[in-house]
Amino acid sequence: MQNRIDQLFAKKQHGVLNIYCTAGFPQLNDTLPVMTALQQHGADLIELGMPFSDPLADGPVIQDSSTKALQNGMSLQKLFEQLAGFRSSIRVPVILMGYFNPVLTYGVEAFCAKCAEVGVDGIIVPDLPMAEYENEYRPVFEKYNLHLIFLVTPETSEARIRKIDSLSKGFIYAVSSSSTTGKDKDMKDQQAYFERLKQLQLKNPVLIGFGIKDKATFEAASAHANGAIIGTAFIKAIEHSTNIDETVKTFISGIIQ
Amino acid sequence: MDIAINTGNSRYQVDKNGYYGRFGGAYIPEMLYPNVEELQSQYLGILSDPSFQQDFEALLRDYVGRPSPLYFAKRLSEKYKAKIYLKREDLNHTGAHKVNNTIGQILLAQRLGKRRIIAETGAGQHGVATATVCALMGMECVVYMGSIDIERQAPNVARMKMLGATVVPATSGSKTLKDATNEAIRDWINNPVDTHYILGTAAGPHPYPDMVARFQSVISEEIKKQLLEKTGSEDPDYVVACIGGGSNAAGAYFHYLDREAVKLVAVEAGGKGVHSGFSAATTQLGTIGIIHASKTLLMQTGDGQIVEPHSISAGLDYPGIGPMHAHLYESGRAQFLSATDEEALAAAYELSLLEGIIPAMESAHALAKLKDLPLNTDDVVVVCLSGRGDKDLDTYIRHMNK
Repeated sequence: MQNRIDQLFAKKQHGVLNIYCTAGFPQLNDTLPVMTALQQHGADLIELGMPFSDPLADGPVIQDSSTKALQNGMSLQKLFEQLAGFRSSIRVPVILMGYFNPVLTYGVEAFCAKCAEVGVDGIIVPDLPMAEYENEYRPVFEKYNLHLIFLVTPETSEARIRKIDSLSKGFIYAVSSSSTTGKDKDMKDQQAYFERLKQLQLKNPVLIGFGIKDKATFEAASAHANGAIIGTAFIKAIEHSTNIDETVKTFISGIIQ
Repeated sequence: MDIAINTGNSRYQVDKNGYYGRFGGAYIPEMLYPNVEELQSQYLGILSDPSFQQDFEALLRDYVGRPSPLYFAKRLSEKYKAKIYLKREDLNHTGAHKVNNTIGQILLAQRLGKRRIIAETGAGQHGVATATVCALMGMECVVYMGSIDIERQAPNVARMKMLGATVVPATSGSKTLKDATNEAIRDWINNPVDTHYILGTAAGPHPYPDMVARFQSVISEEIKKQLLEKTGSEDPDYVVACIGGGSNAAGAYFHYLDREAVKLVAVEAGGKGVHSGFSAATTQLGTIGIIHASKTLLMQTGDGQIVEPHSISAGLDYPGIGPMHAHLYESGRAQFLSATDEEALAAAYELSLLEGIIPAMESAHALAKLKDLPLNTDDVVVVCLSGRGDKDLDTYIRHMNK
């Protein structure tokens, strides 16, 4: 079967909305209700965070959600239990985002096999560098038809972007500034960089992440790429939610209506 | 005094990909790639430049006070029936071996054109050593320190501030050293151009473990010369050092790594007992994983979450060890032991009373294992006395009143 991420970009090239949420947040068993609501109200892609004790590339909001999820009892094993059977109701592509240590400890092949079994389509592991992936782990990910999605930043050289493009599958995650998640940066400062990415005519679609928080920033990012990823702003929105469906509906309608 | 440059043939030095055996590497997010790549491609060139070496040597001599003495501890030797020498890193400016590395890294930062310095610190020793060299060079200094450690280590916080550094509390996660390190790395991600990160131990992404080991290698370089003068041989039978991340051990072992007749002994913090649930004995309790961008041994849950260790000594209270040490452990080149909080305290009192030297709590762990080594009267033992005990007086006083 064709990977769902590829299916998505085959039919939609503009304004793709990817929303990030930490698994097991705000409550342990909110993972599926959040995913269901995201699909229901118009997210094209769902990125689920696998909580980690030491999330280096994330800012305080996402780290706190990760800490909370761990306190709630979330673990990789628990996440796979929650995801068992989710494909009976959720059609949109699902990506797991997390750090390499828990994956390594779970066993890279066991992890990939489990992802394939439950119906996960792609993985983002910010601290698994390209060279290590290429030398050691690529065959395993490909065996299970899992797309590994790499990040590029404004400081990534053209040669390196091309290399990342050749190794990436699904899409490329363009970090909109050299920053951890949740930092505000002026979108205009980033536009030259987005333009540069566009000019490179990469084989993979590009989604812009980090710093996207509302309709204006989403549209600005979408104008230069295939879409954008929202994380921190969404975590803030659902943190104290008493009605997940309603909160998600309000949040998404504020972005794509 | 030369900074050691790898000849390329060692089994125990870093390889061209940044690994020691199966440990090491640079598991960094893409946002850190330019910073780390700049260091990887430039550090060896800068370190081998004669003008760099001259500056490094001059500061170590005139500012730090090197060479540090190698002292024959007569009464300690009588007690343990061996020839015990103490490498007196405690006599360095700022009171520990940490300054060897911060001097090297600040000179490197200048040559890379950096204007701002960040660092992490646990007990505050590395923070003080970093704030010191920043004051010396007139550079901005930001030190990340766990908010719990800030409360525990007030005198060192005051020192850093007096030296002009900004101390930023790390309030995430467990609010201690590993979280301070996370915060420093985050700062570096957000300030990729003008900032150099002075990492304090022989851990983190390549090239830090190797770079820090090279700056600290002055310890074993001096030991060789000093032992030759005192005993007629460069090689002792044992080199004993404590290990948290492992920078003083890396320096004390460096020139002996390939001299396999020299036994290397590493002493980890056993805390309240290795299996008490309150320990920092990483090789005993750890498994392979990634911590602070390095593949090494670390203490973690079955789910791959990094756990908070325990040691009475803040400098050994780290859930990982540097990748070189993980390799020395796995290859059997070094023998790893652990000393409990109680054993370390007893050793600190013993050294104070026998030799008139109050050691740092960390160094006391190394001393604590003299009783467990199968020593002969002719054995020459070098213990790296990595720091002085002034900073630990509160702990010592509390124990004294028990």
